[in-house]
Amino acid sequence: MKVDRRSFLSLLIGGAAGTALSPLPWKLTDDLSIWTQNWPWTPVPPRGESYYETTTCTLCPGGCGIKVRKIDQRCVKIEGADEHPVNKGGVCILGLSGLQLLYGPTRIRTPLKRVGKRGEGKWEPVSWDQALTRLADKLKEVRAQGAPEKAACLLDSSRGTVGHLFRRLMTVYGSPNFFTMPSVEDAYRAALKLTQGIEARVGFDLENADFVLSFGCGLLDGWGSPVRVFKANSTWKENHATVVQIEPRLSNTAAKADHWLAIKPGSEAELALAMANVIVGRNLYRSEFVDGFCENFQGLKRILALHTPEAAAAATGLAPEVVVKWAVEFARASRPVALYGRGQGRTAAGSLRQCMAVMLLNALVGAVNRAGGMWTVPDYDYIGWEEPELDEVARAGLERPRADGAGSGKYTPASSLVQRLLGSGAGQLPEVLMVARCNPLYSLPENGAVKDNFDKIPFVVSFSSFMDETAANADLVLPEHVYLERLEDVPVTAGLSCPVIGLCQPVTEPRWDTRSLGDVVIALARKIGDSAAAAFQWDDYEACLKETLEDKWDTLEERGFWYDAEFRPPAWEDGEGKFRLAGGKLDEVLQADEIVPAGDPAKFPLILVPYDSIRLAHDYIGDPPFMIKAVGDDVLKGKDVCVQINPATARKFAVSEGSIVQLITPVGKARVRVHLDEAVMPGVLYVPRGLGHTAYDAYLAGKGINVNALIGSLEDPASGFDAAWGIRAKLAKV
Amino acid sequence: MKQEQTQHRPKRYGMVIDLDKCTGCGSCMVACMAENNVSFKKDESDKLLSITWMRVYKITNGKPFPDTDICYIPRPCQHCAGQHEGHSPCVSVCPATATDYSRETGIVSQIYTRCFGCRYCMAACPYHARYFNWWDPVWPDGMEKYLNPDVSPRMRGVVEKCSFCFQRYQAAKNKAYLEGRRELEEDEYQTACTQACPAGAIVFGDLNNPDHLVHKMVDPDLKHGGRPRNPEVFRLLERLGTNPKVYYKSGRQWVRKAGDNYLPGEKPGADMHKSHS
Ligand code: SF4
Ligand code: SF4
Ligand code: SF4
Repeated sequence: MKVDRRSFLSLLIGGAAGTALSPLPWKLTDDLSIWTQNWPWTPVPPRGESYYETTTCTLCPGGCGIKVRKIDQRCVKIEGADEHPVNKGGVCILGLSGLQLLYGPTRIRTPLKRVGKRGEGKWEPVSWDQALTRLADKLKEVRAQGAPEKAACLLDSSRGTVGHLFRRLMTVYGSPNFFTMPSVEDAYRAALKLTQGIEARVGFDLENADFVLSFGCGLLDGWGSPVRVFKANSTWKENHATVVQIEPRLSNTAAKADHWLAIKPGSEAELALAMANVIVGRNLYRSEFVDGFCENFQGLKRILALHTPEAAAAATGLAPEVVVKWAVEFARASRPVALYGRGQGRTAAGSLRQCMAVMLLNALVGAVNRAGGMWTVPDYDYIGWEEPELDEVARAGLERPRADGAGSGKYTPASSLVQRLLGSGAGQLPEVLMVARCNPLYSLPENGAVKDNFDKIPFVVSFSSFMDETAANADLVLPEHVYLERLEDVPVTAGLSCPVIGLCQPVTEPRWDTRSLGDVVIALARKIGDSAAAAFQWDDYEACLKETLEDKWDTLEERGFWYDAEFRPPAWEDGEGKFRLAGGKLDEVLQADEIVPAGDPAKFPLILVPYDSIRLAHDYIGDPPFMIKAVGDDVLKGKDVCVQINPATARKFAVSEGSIVQLITPVGKARVRVHLDEAVMPGVLYVPRGLGHTAYDAYLAGKGINVNALIGSLEDPASGFDAAWGIRAKLAKV
Repeated sequence: MKQEQTQHRPKRYGMVIDLDKCTGCGSCMVACMAENNVSFKKDESDKLLSITWMRVYKITNGKPFPDTDICYIPRPCQHCAGQHEGHSPCVSVCPATATDYSRETGIVSQIYTRCFGCRYCMAACPYHARYFNWWDPVWPDGMEKYLNPDVSPRMRGVVEKCSFCFQRYQAAKNKAYLEGRRELEEDEYQTACTQACPAGAIVFGDLNNPDHLVHKMVDPDLKHGGRPRNPEVFRLLERLGTNPKVYYKSGRQWVRKAGDNYLPGEKPGADMHKSHS
C-alpha cells in the first residue's frame, strides 16, 4: 500500500467540480437512490442482548486474554481483555479475526474417512464411534506386531493437559515417538541445559530492559508473545530505552528500532562472539557475575580470541569500529539484554551456536536472572499425575530409540527433531502418525520432501478443526473444537518472564460435530483397552482438567487466568548453581561450523531468505479473510507474491518492478512478481511465509507461493536442529 | 442546515496516532472491519477497490539501502472540520445530504439509505477515506453470524467510510442517560481501532476537553482550526485547510515533512519519496 500525496490531491479537482454542479431535484435523487440500492440480499443482523464472555486466544503461542462480545448466542466481536497480564487489552490482527475461523467455511464439520486417493478431497462422513474405533484398531494392529514405536504423534507443543494426555497415551502404548513442532524455544532450552544444567524455559524481563540487542528477532513482526512485545516496545519508547536491530532487511522491527545494523545474512553468531570478545578484551564484563558465578571464563576467553572485530567485520559487512561501538554501548548500558530467534522464531530452532553466543553476551553483562534481563523460569509443574502402569510391550517399545534421534548421541540437546524425520527422511518413518494443532505439510521447510515422506506413512490421522494441508492429506480426520468452543488450560511460555496459565473457556456451543481433543484422547485410550484404558481413569476431560488444576481452579474460573506476578528468578548465591561459559559440549557448540546456505554460488548467485510478517499467519492457522485483506499490495498482488529485491540487484539481473519471473533454488522453483525495495540488502531476495496455501478457502488458497517449498533444511552440527535461514537462488524468465 | 441538537458543551472528537509507536501491525484495520461489518472479497489486492475504513499506508524516506526508513500511517476518515466548522470537503459536495458534519460531536456521518452513489464525496476527499460498494457484500455461508447489529451492512451503490465508531458513542450516551449523566467519561467512548491497537499508538477523545489526553498531546489552537501547537504533532495535508481532527505524532522529521502538504507541481521535500508498493 502506498500513500501518494499527488493522488491524494489530484482528486480534489473532482471535488471542486462536484461543488459547482447544481443540485439535482430532490425527487430525482430519491428515485435514484432507490434504484441504486436495489440490493437483492443484504443481511440484517438480529438484535439482542449484548454481553461479553472472556477466554484465552490460542491462535499463536502468545496466550492473550480475550473477551468475546455476544448478541444473544452469536459471537460478534473479539477484543482484548483489559485486565490480562499478557496483553493488557491489546489484541493482534490474527486474534481479531478469530470469529472468521469459528464461523468460516474451512471448518471440518464431522469426522471424515478418506474414500478417494490421498489428498483427492473425497471423504465419507463417519460417526465419532466409527472414527475412534478405526484409529484404535490401527493402533492395536501396530502394537500387536510388537512394534509400538511405529505409532507417533506430532503436536504443536507438549504443554498443558492436552499435550500431557497425548504424551501419556504414547507412553502406555509404548512409543517414544512423541514429536513437537520446532521453535526457538527448543534452542533456548538446550542452551540453558548446557550452561546452567537445568531443565527450564527462558523468559525475558523486556519491560525493564534499557538496551535491547536483537539478533534478528522480529520483535514487532510476531516474535514471542506478540502483543506483549508490542507493548514492551511502546514502553521502551516512553522510557527512552535503546533498541538495536541486527538483520539484513528493514523489517518493521528494524524500522522502529533506534538503530538498525544491516549485517550479511547468517553472520549473527560471528557478530555476537566478536562483541563478546570486545567486552572481555576491554574488561567491560560484570565481574560480580562472571567472577562470582561463572565457570570456565578462561576457556571462553580462548574461544573468543579468534573472534576479533576484524573477523566479524569480514563476516557481517560492518566496519570493525561499528562492532566495537555497539559491544561497548551494550556492556555499558545499565540493564542490557540480548535476544535470539530469527523472525517469529516458530519455523525452526535455528543454530544452537548462535543461541549460545547470544546467551553468553547476556552472561558477560550479568543480565541473567536480573531485572531487565534473561530469566530462567521453571517449567509448569501443575500436572502431577501418577505414572501409568506399563505392560511388557510398552516397556520394550519405550526402550527403542526415537525415530528422529533426539535426546541421544550428538542430538542430546534436542528433545524433538521432526524436521530430521519428515524433511531429511533420517530415521524410520512411523506406520501411524497422529497430527494435532499443527500443519506440518505446509509449515515445515523442505516442503516437497516432507510431502514425499508423508506419502510413505501408511496411516495419517488429523485432529484439525480446519481443512488445512495436513488434514486434506490424511486418511482419517477427527476434528476438534476450535478454541472458542472448548475448555482447556493454556500455560504460556513464549518468553514471558512470569508464569501465566490462561483458561480457554467455551464462549459458544460447538457449531459442528466436533469434540474436545482431551476427550478424544481419553476415548481413544479406552478403545485401545488394557493398560491404556487403565491409565485414563477420568470420567472425561473436564474432570481431568479440574482435578489437575484443583488448587488454581477457582482463580482460573473467576479471572480467566492464573498469574504469578511475584515470580522472580532465583538469585545467584555463592556455592549454588554456576553458569558454565565453556568446556565440553559447549566448546563443540561454540566452535561448530557456521551454517552456509545450500547451493552452488556460481549457479545460484543470489540468496533467498523467508521473512515473517505479523499480517501473515504461517503455522497451524492460515490467514482468515480479514487478515489477508490487510496484506499490502507490495506483498501480494492478484495471485502473485512479491519477491523483494534491492533495485541495484534488479538492475544487475535485468528485472524490473512488477515483472513476473521464476525464482529458482536447488530444491524448487516458483512464479513470483518482482518488487523493488531499498529495504533489502543487495544480493538477497525476500519472500514472506504464510502464502501459497493449497488448502483452506477461496480467500486464501492459491495466493502466492509457499516459501517452504523453496527452502531446504540444514542440520545444526551440534544439536540436529534445523538451522537453515536461507538458500541460494536465481531468477529466470517465466 | 438542519437544526442541530446541541448539548451544553459541544465536543470535537479526534484522534492522535503516535507514528513512532505504530508498528504497522494492522490490528486497527481488522478491529475496524470486525466492528463495522466491513465486507471482503476473494481478491483484495487491488487496493483501489478494497474497502478499508482504516487503512495503514506505508511510506519510505526514499534513501538507498541501508539508509532506508519506513513509517506506517494509519488513516481513518480525518473528520475534517473544513475551513469553517462544518464545511468538510465531502459534506459540501453531497447533493443528497447523505453525509453530514455534527456540531455536537465533530463527527462526519454517512447515511447509507440517503446515499445514491454519485461519488462526488469520494472525489472531494483528499484523504481517500471513502469507498464505493461496486458489488453487494457476500459473507460465506455462516459468517454473517458475526455481524454487529449496531452497524447496518452496506449494499451495492453506496459510499461508506469511517464513522469514529459512532454506534459506540450512541451506546455510551444511552448508558450515561440511563444513569442520569450528561457527560461521558474519556474511556466510555473509544473507537474500535484505539481499543485494539496492541502498541497503544492511538489516542482518542474530545479535543475541546483540556482533561482529555488528545487535547494534552495536541495542544490545539482552536482559533486556527485546531492546528497543533505541539511541534511533534502534525496533520495530513495541513495546508489544504481541511482542518482534520486526526493528528499524527512523530519525532522523525522526514515523517512530519512527508505528512505535510504540498501543492500540485510543488516539489516534495528532499527526503520524501513515494514508496514502490
Ligand atoms: S498474539 Fe497470539 S495469542 Fe495474542 S491475540 Fe494474537 S494470535 Fe492470539
Ligand atoms: S493497530 Fe496500532 S500499531 Fe498496529 S497498525 Fe494500527 S495504529 Fe499501528
Ligand atoms: S477525510 Fe475525507 S471523508 Fe473524512 S471528513 Fe475529510 S473529506 Fe470527508
